[in-house]
Order: sequence, then structure tokens, then C-alpha cells
Amino acid sequence: MFFQQVINGLSVGGIYALMAVGYSLIYSLLNFTNFAHSITVTIGAFATFYFLTELFENIYAGILFAIVVAGILAILIQILGYSVLLKKNAQRIYLLITGLGISTMCDNLVIISFTSRFRVYPVNFSTKAINVFGATFGTIDLIILAVSAVALILVQLFIKKSRAGLAIRGASFSLETASIMGINTQKLIMIVFLIAGALAGLAGALLGAKYTAYPALGTNMANKAFISSVVGGLGSITGAVIGALILGIGEVLISGYLSSAMRDIFSYTLLVIILFVKPSGLMGVDIGDRA
Amino acid sequence: MLEYWLGVATLTGIYMIAVLGMSVLTGFTGLFSVGHAGFMAIGAYTSALLTKTYGIPNIFGVISAMAAALIVGLLIGYPTLKLKGDYFVIATLGIGQATKLIIENLPGITGGARGLTGIPPGSSFLTVLIIVVVVIWILRNFLRSKQGRNCVAVREDELAAASIGTKVASYKLLAMGISCALCGLSGALLAHFMQYLSPSMFSIVKSDELVMTVILGGTGSLTGSIVASLILIPLPEVLRFGAVQEWRMVFYGLLVVLVIIFRPSGLMGNREFSIAGLRRFFENMRLRMKHGRAK
Repeated sequence: MFFQQVINGLSVGGIYALMAVGYSLIYSLLNFTNFAHSITVTIGAFATFYFLTELFENIYAGILFAIVVAGILAILIQILGYSVLLKKNAQRIYLLITGLGISTMCDNLVIISFTSRFRVYPVNFSTKAINVFGATFGTIDLIILAVSAVALILVQLFIKKSRAGLAIRGASFSLETASIMGINTQKLIMIVFLIAGALAGLAGALLGAKYTAYPALGTNMANKAFISSVVGGLGSITGAVIGALILGIGEVLISGYLSSAMRDIFSYTLLVIILFVKPSGLMGVDIGDRA
Repeated sequence: MLEYWLGVATLTGIYMIAVLGMSVLTGFTGLFSVGHAGFMAIGAYTSALLTKTYGIPNIFGVISAMAAALIVGLLIGYPTLKLKGDYFVIATLGIGQATKLIIENLPGITGGARGLTGIPPGSSFLTVLIIVVVVIWILRNFLRSKQGRNCVAVREDELAAASIGTKVASYKLLAMGISCALCGLSGALLAHFMQYLSPSMFSIVKSDELVMTVILGGTGSLTGSIVASLILIPLPEVLRFGAVQEWRMVFYGLLVVLVIIFRPSGLMGNREFSIAGLRRFFENMRLRMKHGRAK
């Protein structure tokens, strides 16, 4: 029973991690929280749903479609919303408000165009559970766990091994210095938004498979991912993943052993406590006053 | 019919108090919050429960509501406002959501998600009108005082403000305290006006609306916030048909993005509306008419 809960928690945590990494990447480079992140998650779920019902009934193709659509959407948000402000070097509060405006606008457009109904994917995940050491696991949880692990490892490899990844790591210390050193920071910002959007789209597709697709999906889940990235330390990618796994397992255990109503209280209280005790999070870096 | 519109006007006044609080925080001090509906909830439930269960007069209920919201606000503001980065915003998200969830999950005390009924009535139109006028008068004087100007200095350039000896964190905390107390006041008045409360009245969407009203009115203009409240708060009452509510939010979102990109200071900018200013404006117009385009 316990082992089973932990696996379930890891699969929830894996999805949170996909979204949390997006928050962290953007924060590490641009020092602001992308409040428009949640909409890419919702769109990922709906893209998969419509791909499966209208085009192909292949879940893997559907997930790929969601990744592409959400990635493009994230780039559009950056070009139409943030880029003007970033070029003007606007105060951070303006970026936050823009994100809030974009997410309010898009969330309501989604409700208008798709209605608030809950949509179930037409693909039938083999409901038979898999038996390992006497514990039973849902197939969907194992798929989610595997897919998110692969995606997170790929992103980590990209950041650690590729030239663009090196540039991102460099620019996260100081975007200005990086640009003086001849790094094309505009391109870097695009890459970061693309990765964040693609991961969010993947998360949305998986969330839709686990919980069905509905307009508030993105906001509900992205807030959890946001908490994860704070618990792990804003701007740290490893921290975001660790925070997401802690939150995922904690939530599943709480709803399993106490009650599901306590689950959200646990998450938000954890957030407030972390901010009191160790605001820099588990892996946080430098939050002191900096000019 | 008159009674209905009087109700709308009262409600507008009540929410305007919360918007004015946000105006001090977001507009004048440059801090962003996504959880101030939570402070309204704290105020509303504090006053409602105290007056309902213990029979305390409304006025003391309202005062305790302001105190409760103020204390919670200072508690989360104190550790997070000293930090650089988005930590304060995150704390407001946490407190806003946690408040709503806790109210939802304590059905024995707060009535849970079904809501709390039988709250003693109060908050007539006249009471609210008087309170709004007093709040505006106090805020106007505050913003002209040394403390108020320091808040604006913090918004404009933290480093520069600190270098001339302004205690940045203290002024941020001051603005946070004022906004929380006003949100608590607004929530308490709402409780005694509606005589019914439910946690869904204080969702994150409500917090977002408070911020957006301030932004559209103009950061750094008290009259801007007042005008924006007068236009935007009664709007959902006027537009009560079909999917119009969703379109209203789409429009708000779009407007906020456009305002931030093209005119970050909002509708009124940082100008205040006054009779003298109006006279000056017309005088300029008259002169311009007389002498053509050249000044």
C-alpha cells in the first residue's frame, strides 16, 4: 500500500516537475515569475484531446502535438507580451502584471471556446494494473513516470552539455554580461520560453490523461508547480525537480492517509512555512539584496 | 428598482475601499499581490463570526476585522518584503489560497463551502459612503505626507531611495499594512451588507480583479483608482447576460496587457483629478485655440 502510494506520488511529482522546471528556467534567466505559464498547460491538455478525437487515436502522437502547440504558444506569449517590456528594461512588476493579464485573458477565452466541461481522452489506457512485489500500479502512472523522467533528463542534458545550455547557465548569472560577451540573449530567451512551453504542453497532455481536460486544469496544477519551484529554490532547476517530487509524494500520502480535502491545505501551508523558515528554498541561491 | 441600484452603489463603495488599499500597495509602492481577496476574507469572516456568535456590536466587529487582516498581513510581509525577488508575491498567493481553503474546510465554524448565513445587517449606503469619503481623505493626506512620498520613492527606485536613507523594507511593510487593513475593512463591510458569506466570494480571480482595477486606473493616482472602481465594479451588474462575464474578463486581461505595454502609467497616469487641474486644462485649451498649435 505504502509503496504503491509512493509510486503514485512520484508520477504526480513528475508532472509537477515538468511545469516547475519551466518556472525555474525563466526565473533563472529573467528574474521574474511567468504568470502566463499555466495557460500553456491547459492548451496542452486540450490540444491532445482534440488531436485524439479529430485526427488520430494515438496517444503518443497526441502528446507530441501538444508539445508543439504549447511550445509555439509560449513563444507567442514571449513575442507579443513580454519582449517589448524586456527590451525597455521595464520594472519586474510590469512583467508580472502582463503575465496576469495574459493568463486572465486566455483562461476565459478557453472557457468561451471549449466550455467548462470535463473532457475524457478517447484512448483506453489498459486499465489492468501491473503487479510488482505484491503492489499494484496503474499503467497510466507508470507511463507518466517514464515519460516525465525521460523529458527531464533530456532537458538536463541540454542545459549541461549543449552550447546553448552553457549560454543559458552563463546568462543566468547576468543577462547583461552575457550579452556583452557576444551571446545572442534574444535567442536564449526564445529557447528558454520554447523549452518551458514544450514541457508545460507535455505536462498538460499527461494531466489530461490522468484527470481529464478542463479549463481550470492549468491554473490548478501550475500553482502546485509554482509551489514546488519555491520549495526547491526559485531559479534552481534541480531544486524544482526535488521540490516537485516532495510535493507530489506529500500530497498523495496526505490524501491517502488523511483526507483529500487536506491535500491543498498542505501544499499552500507548506509554501507559507517555507517562506518563513527558509525562503531561498532547499537549493536556493543568493536572494540577498543585490543592486 | 431604486433599492437595487442603491445596493449596487453600496457594493461599489465597499469594493472601492479594497481597491484603494491595493492602490497604495501596487500603485504607489510598486508591490504586486495575487492574494488580497484573502485579506478581505479574513476581515469578512472575523467580523461576521464575532458579531454573529458573540453578539458584539458591528463597529467592534469591523475594527477587529481590520486588526486581524493587518496582523496576518504584517506577519507574512515582515519576512518576505526584505527579500529581493518574487518572494512577496508568492507569499500573497500562498496566504490567499490557504485562507480560502481553510475556510472551506472548517464547516463547523465558518459554514464551509456552503457559506455562512445570519450575519447581522449593517453597512447601509450612507455608512459606506461616509467610510469611503473618510478613507479617501486619510489616504490623500497620507500620500502627501513624508511617509507617502517615501513609498513612491521606493516604487521609483529602491536603490536610490535606500541611498538617501529611506528604510525600504519598512515603507513596503507600511504599504502592506495599510492595504491589508483596508481589505479587512472592505471584507467586514461586505459581510454586513450581504449578510451571507461563502469562500467562493474571495477566489484568486477576485484578487486579480483588484490588481487589474488599480492598473487600469493608473499606478500612482488615487483618483484614477476611484474612477476605475466606479466604472469597473458595477460593470458585472450591468452586463448580466449570457457568456458576457467571460468576455468581460478577456477584455480586462487584454486591456491590462495593452496598458502595461503602451501606457504603463494607466488611464490617469500619475496625475490626480482636481477642480484646479480641470480649470488649468481648459485654460490651456483656450490658449491653444487662440494661438493655434504653437504654444
